[in-house]
Amino acid sequence: MRAADALCEALKAEGVEHVFGIPGGASLPIYDALYDADLNHIQVRHEQCGGHAAEGYAKASGKVGVAFATSGPGATNLVTAIADAMMDSVPTVFVTGQVRTELIGTDGFQEADVTGITMPVVKHSFLVTDPRQIPRYVHEAFHIAATGRPGPVLVDIPQDLSRAEIDYEPPEGKPDLPGYKPPTEGNIKQIRLAAKALANARRPVIYGGGGIVNANAAEEFRELCASDRIPVTLTVMGLGAFPAPHDQWLGMLGMHGTRTANYAMDEADLIVAVGARFDDRITGKLSEFAPRAKFIHIDVDPAEISKNVPAHIPIVGDARDVLPKLTREYRALKPDSARLEEWWGRIQEWQANHPLRYEDSRDTEIKPQFMIEAMYEATGGDAIITSDVGQHQMWAAQYYHFNRPRQWINSGGLGTMGFGLPAAIGAKVARPDDEVVCLAGDGSLIMVCQELATAAYHDIPVKVFLMNNGHFGMVRQWQELFWAERYKAVEMGPSPDWPKLAEAFGWTGMQCSDKGELRDAMKTALDADGPVLLDVHVTKDENCFPMIPAGAAARDMVG
Amino acid sequence: MADPGTQEVVLEDLEATTRLTGRKHILSLLVEDKPGVLARIAGLFSRRGFNIDTLAVGPTEDPEVSRITLTLDGAVHPIDQVTKQLHKLVNVIKIRDMDPDATVAREMALFRVQATVEGRAEIMQFAEIFAADIIDVSRRTLTIEVTGTQDKIDAFERMIRPHGLIEMARTGEVAISRSRPDQ
Repeated sequence: MRAADALCEALKAEGVEHVFGIPGGASLPIYDALYDADLNHIQVRHEQCGGHAAEGYAKASGKVGVAFATSGPGATNLVTAIADAMMDSVPTVFVTGQVRTELIGTDGFQEADVTGITMPVVKHSFLVTDPRQIPRYVHEAFHIAATGRPGPVLVDIPQDLSRAEIDYEPPEGKPDLPGYKPPTEGNIKQIRLAAKALANARRPVIYGGGGIVNANAAEEFRELCASDRIPVTLTVMGLGAFPAPHDQWLGMLGMHGTRTANYAMDEADLIVAVGARFDDRITGKLSEFAPRAKFIHIDVDPAEISKNVPAHIPIVGDARDVLPKLTREYRALKPDSARLEEWWGRIQEWQANHPLRYEDSRDTEIKPQFMIEAMYEATGGDAIITSDVGQHQMWAAQYYHFNRPRQWINSGGLGTMGFGLPAAIGAKVARPDDEVVCLAGDGSLIMVCQELATAAYHDIPVKVFLMNNGHFGMVRQWQELFWAERYKAVEMGPSPDWPKLAEAFGWTGMQCSDKGELRDAMKTALDADGPVLLDVHVTKDENCFPMIPAGAAARDMVG
Repeated sequence: MADPGTQEVVLEDLEATTRLTGRKHILSLLVEDKPGVLARIAGLFSRRGFNIDTLAVGPTEDPEVSRITLTLDGAVHPIDQVTKQLHKLVNVIKIRDMDPDATVAREMALFRVQATVEGRAEIMQFAEIFAADIIDVSRRTLTIEVTGTQDKIDAFERMIRPHGLIEMARTGEVAISRSRPDQ
């Protein structure tokens, strides 16, 4: 068969049902193969969004997301999505067309060195030099993307090679790569040591991240947390791994986390980090981060351990393997929960004095935090929520209480504006029976609004709740607080008439600017068939608090 | 060290591993001989802000495997972080942080030196002391090949530099572990 047909067969052998992409000259053979292949191709309107849709698909399902692009500009448009998938460890495979082999290196039409361009932002990449490599590389790419610490893998296929004739038999078993042996089991001696340290801690905190979600280890994580009354906090990537609300739940930590979570980290004597990487948005000023704490660091990626914060008890392994063992060892020590009484007294004091709060309007104006609360109520707290990056993302993280993993899909590491809509499309494809709501910022949505066409064309009934404050809100907030209110290029000016724009794309468009009507408007949007955009006009200059100013310590939170 | 499974744990006594070793490290990498491998390694170093002091690449006994020998300053870089990042590259098969006491390391260097009538004899004497070979000669220059440890080559350079060093080319160290005497 043609190598391009073998490519499709290999994708199907990996369990792929849906791919996101845009065709082009160099990927003509691949799209010709798709004509006959039993694969659902979702035609996006910009390659970046194809990549984000593949990420949304992967984050919602736990399976590998796949996106296609042609050579040159098609491939370079994918770069943001690839970098995003790298930062958030999203299992994804990107297949790009490349110019014909004899044109490589000649600056041919639509040629770009995409393996070179993406090298710093892929887990691995393959440039095909022989058509027989195509299906093999696809299988290797899936293996690498999905195992260990997940991430993006690129397969770049020159046009002439995808047309060549080859033999293909689906391989048996997993590929054997001499340089790729991801760790799985944690060292039991280290786990025992960790259990003992935890049993001896008087002010412990469990700090979980997106690694728990990636490892499908939320249940195991909850078991560990249930083994004693240890306070629990999560990063923005980890939300949903532990159910909120819960009496052990401190809220999210980090720059816009709760004071309780950040103060608890600051005063902890032992921090158990699970699948989290001590990002600067978590630590604030590194030299003053959790100054009294010892660290147990559980991660599948050994390079994360002691990268930013030196670990006292490192445990390299898959959370799903390590956590049950740690829980068992900890329970066997029969630790006395009474030792935590004093710690909880301190925490409850913070919880009472510093709850998340905002001043609601006295008229009909919709405060952005109110909008999230309304969204929580209208969806019964049960929807899959995607977001872009910025204020609306942080408010959602604060006020939408996620209670299951893969319910919250956002761009945490790279912080990519415009992530939400394509990610929602991908998530809805993965989970058609779940309600999928994109909580969008108006600055972000306009970057990707062409994807309204994708949802309409493929009949993907996502809902977009647009938090419209007429600004690049987070940048406006920083200019207000840290740049002497010298507002520059943060006002959106004459924004489109969003409901009309939505209708022009074949969506239902709605608008709301009265808080008394908001919940009903949301319910109407959720109950409607097909995709709906609800444009919600919120307070223009609300700030997202509390916050740790960049480079400051957690105890110096403001707002 | 006692089995951590049996000892009591006192939180205050737990120590995190120190990160900087303060000495030169030789890393010996076995990598798949595939296109782009060197670019991946070089890219990783520049992206993470690691400085390579020397780098040497060549074939091994296995035609599908190349060896990359890197030297790095352990006073500047946390070597365990460097090796762990390198391990994440799929084409890197094996990494050894060579133990200085159990390693034989050599570098080769070529020097072109000004050799005036008065200076020529002394240069040739240095070459003899350093067991170096004179591999090219002209009326005013000598070209010398020296092999040895990095320190030896540094020392030779210091000796001949006052004579007028025109050009120097060094390979960077390659290294192999010592055999045990009974092997």
